[in-house]
Amino acid sequence: MINLFKIKGQKREDAANANGRAPVKKQSAGELRLHKDISELNLPKTTTISFPNGKDDLMNFEISIRPDEGYYQGGTFIFTFQVSPSYPHEPPKVKCKTKVYHPNIDLEGNVCLNILREDWKPVLNINTVIYGLNLLFTQPNDEDPLNHDAAAVLRDNPKLFESNVRRAMAGGYVGQIYFPRCI
Amino acid sequence: MANALAEQGRWRDLDKLLARPGNIVGHGFEHSPTLREEIGEFVRVLVVGAGGLGCELLKDLALSGFKNIDVIDMDTIEVSNLNRQFLFRLQDVGKSKAEVAAKRVMERVSGVTIVSHFCRIEDKDLEFYNDFNIIVLGLDSIEARSYINSVACSFLEYDCDDKPVPETVKPMVDGGTEGFKGHARVILPGTTPCFECNIWLFPPQVKFPLCTLAETPRTAAHCIEYAHLIKWDEAHSGKAFDADDPVHMQWVYSEALKRAELFGITGVTYSLTQGVVKNIIPAIASTNAIISAACALEALKIVSGCSKTLSNYLTYNGLEGTHIKVTDFVRDMDCLVCGPGTLIELDTSVTLSQFIELLGEHPNLHLSKPSVTYRGNNLYMQSPPILEEMTRSNLLLLLFDLMGKVPKDTIHVSGTTEKDGKKTSCLRKLRVVFKGVVGGSTDMDIARSS
Repeated sequence: MINLFKIKGQKREDAANANGRAPVKKQSAGELRLHKDISELNLPKTTTISFPNGKDDLMNFEISIRPDEGYYQGGTFIFTFQVSPSYPHEPPKVKCKTKVYHPNIDLEGNVCLNILREDWKPVLNINTVIYGLNLLFTQPNDEDPLNHDAAAVLRDNPKLFESNVRRAMAGGYVGQIYFPRCI
Repeated sequence: MANALAEQGRWRDLDKLLARPGNIVGHGFEHSPTLREEIGEFVRVLVVGAGGLGCELLKDLALSGFKNIDVIDMDTIEVSNLNRQFLFRLQDVGKSKAEVAAKRVMERVSGVTIVSHFCRIEDKDLEFYNDFNIIVLGLDSIEARSYINSVACSFLEYDCDDKPVPETVKPMVDGGTEGFKGHARVILPGTTPCFECNIWLFPPQVKFPLCTLAETPRTAAHCIEYAHLIKWDEAHSGKAFDADDPVHMQWVYSEALKRAELFGITGVTYSLTQGVVKNIIPAIASTNAIISAACALEALKIVSGCSKTLSNYLTYNGLEGTHIKVTDFVRDMDCLVCGPGTLIELDTSVTLSQFIELLGEHPNLHLSKPSVTYRGNNLYMQSPPILEEMTRSNLLLLLFDLMGKVPKDTIHVSGTTEKDGKKTSCLRKLRVVFKGVVGGSTDMDIARSS
């Protein structure tokens, strides 16, 4: 290629003299894949999506889930999504912004959902994650606890768990911990 | 006198490769006694990374006749680097890797100029990268490779027959090592697969389930990840963890230690903490040397043509004996980063809505319900409704105006396409050329005839 490089050096000087337009960086493959995911979203009726930074930043968005059945019916729960440029090689980072009494979500908003960590595959997409999050509210499970206390109550005394969830969602204390109203 | 002799001897073997004909030489190889000097004079090479591989690469390239080398690295030297990053000494700790490495190689190999860049790869503009004839990568992350790959591929142009235009091809040689394993690959954008074409080759990072970390830690790594992912947020509400801040790392280490004691787990050390958090696998000096040698040789082959290049992916495993295998991976012709995409010629009077309609009728696309994005601007989104509403007003505008009145550029669309009665969703790259705009279709004609 050396002969090409010699010519190229010459050409570049010419181009610089001609004041050519500098190329601009292209979108990352991750951004483009996300664009596809978002344009194909098929949200369950419990869920709405919003883009706090406007239409051109799809990498950071929020969804709001309002379960229509189960323990959490009537509550509204906000999740933030942070998608990295290496998406879908890397899963999106998801946090729950609403403080919730839930066995699989801790008080810092960490979410224990297998497809967000150990079982993430690049063939999954944002829609899958949203359905997974919905499932957490209809079927909270005590086997993968992040909030140990909530998991123990769900396992040993579902009735008490139900009333704890109600109290937390209405805005109140469960044990020592205060949960702001989210109904 | 002795120096002059040594200087002559230094290039004896290289000159044998470059000054003599051969049977397995690359396309267009012209052997010549001055070829080595021409490489030194005309070729500019960029080495990305001045760590384990970077040190080896700089030395190897300088000793292979390359005289104009640049090196870019944002890192500073740490004590733990010294066992294998052989250009660095104890008194260099804390200094820029790129700067020290450049200086040391220039001291040892006369006639070589190495310009160092102590900054992030994202800090340099595209023109910086375009000035190099070849880019050699000695990196340790997928993100950084993916970034450089997208930069190098962004220079690539295709002619009307979807053939890459030779002078727009920016060759890359990528090396990587992990313990006893390594790879070296040649990326000729438009000809061999780019990094994104087979990113699936990289295994996903091992991730522990959060609930295991929170409830039932069994290993030292579990304790460290607990401190890193859960405890940090609890204790520092909102403050982001910085893996390069020793104070942060020390905090994670001491929390991990406490947790390990609580569960009777042993083995949490500071270096393991660094390893787990930064996902580091112990580096082996000889692996770096072998992989770097393969990369430097490929760089020499690409620029000189003295031999056919590796085609196109070499894997090395030195764990038990020595296993080396070369695999000829194939391109993803629909690759969004290096693929040709579909050429579409348009009048400047076409509105976005007409353009969208046209995509449905296009014989090679048949794209229904397409969403359109251009350089990070979402021109039109079919869904979700909130974005549809925000982008709807663009439909009546001219595409030429929405694309900033450029004569030609790449645009991406996603939608569904129907083939044999089966609907599949897809994401397509389009090369839009506006007819009759200076620098647009005329440029393409020149590219074709050259």
